[in-house]
Amino acid sequence: MKRETVAKTEAETDEALGHDPYSRPMSLHIHFGMVNLDKPSGPSSHEVVAWVKRMLGLKHAGHGGTLDA
Amino acid sequence: MLSGKEYVCLMQLHEDIAEQRIADTLAEFAGEIFQRPPLRASVKRAVRRRKIYSLDALEIDGRRVLFKVACQAGTYVRKVCSDIGEVLGCGAHMSELRRTRAGPFSEDRNLCSMYDLLNACDRWKVGKGEEELRAIIRPMEEAFEFIPKICIRDSAVDAICHGADLAVPGVVKLDQGIATNSSIVLMSLKAEAVALAKALMSTEQIVEQDHGIAAKTVRVIMPPGTYPSLWKKT
Repeated sequence: MKRETVAKTEAETDEALGHDPYSRPMSLHIHFGMVNLDKPSGPSSHEVVAWVKRMLGLKHAGHGGTLDA
Repeated sequence: MLSGKEYVCLMQLHEDIAEQRIADTLAEFAGEIFQRPPLRASVKRAVRRRKIYSLDALEIDGRRVLFKVACQAGTYVRKVCSDIGEVLGCGAHMSELRRTRAGPFSEDRNLCSMYDLLNACDRWKVGKGEEELRAIIRPMEEAFEFIPKICIRDSAVDAICHGADLAVPGVVKLDQGIATNSSIVLMSLKAEAVALAKALMSTEQIVEQDHGIAAKTVRVIMPPGTYPSLWKKT
């Protein structure tokens, strides 16, 4: 679903500030990233989040909802 | 359609039924239905209307019916199966379910397994390259694909990161069709997500006017200080 955009004004962005989402340094990319994970049906989503946090060295991670069996 | 879901479901009928009758009954369920959430749901158990956008049989093998369904968020496919069983008169239950799409996330878009993630992660950690991990971990902005956006100028970004509402002069460009009170995302000119917000004006109003508050900031995403604070301090 692509929406049309309308420009209200012209403006430029300073390349020294922030990052294009596809060019973030790895640690930022991970921190602001998300994974479309095919979760196996055995472990709980809580467990899976714990594994992902450990794997990626994250303090915080969550999940966007899984199936209630 | 914002948070529409798609599933593939295996349903077990409790008696033998002619294929044509099964297919006809499945077709009846496309459209608007009533549902009361099941006992084990963590949601208020009031009867509610849900939309089933499509429901198509994939395979019918005796009493086992494989179908795919596209529906509004909050539709219980398990209940749809038992209701189909009631209409057929024989009873039925859901035996397997796989969600194939949730909003912008679908099976054919960067779906990965735990193994894929672990392998890509290990490769990165031992210095064998980060391309795989970058392909698996998506920028969170991809989660907002279906949500209308307003792009704001650099000088407005840090104020938003501190929770300020968006004033019309901060708007550079915006999506068509934004309605007042709808959920939107405020983006930087580099397409970074800055904050989730609620539109206080429609697209037309924002384009026409040169002052006023265009949106109320609801949830800041970008850390303050990413862009310098350029608003006037008293």
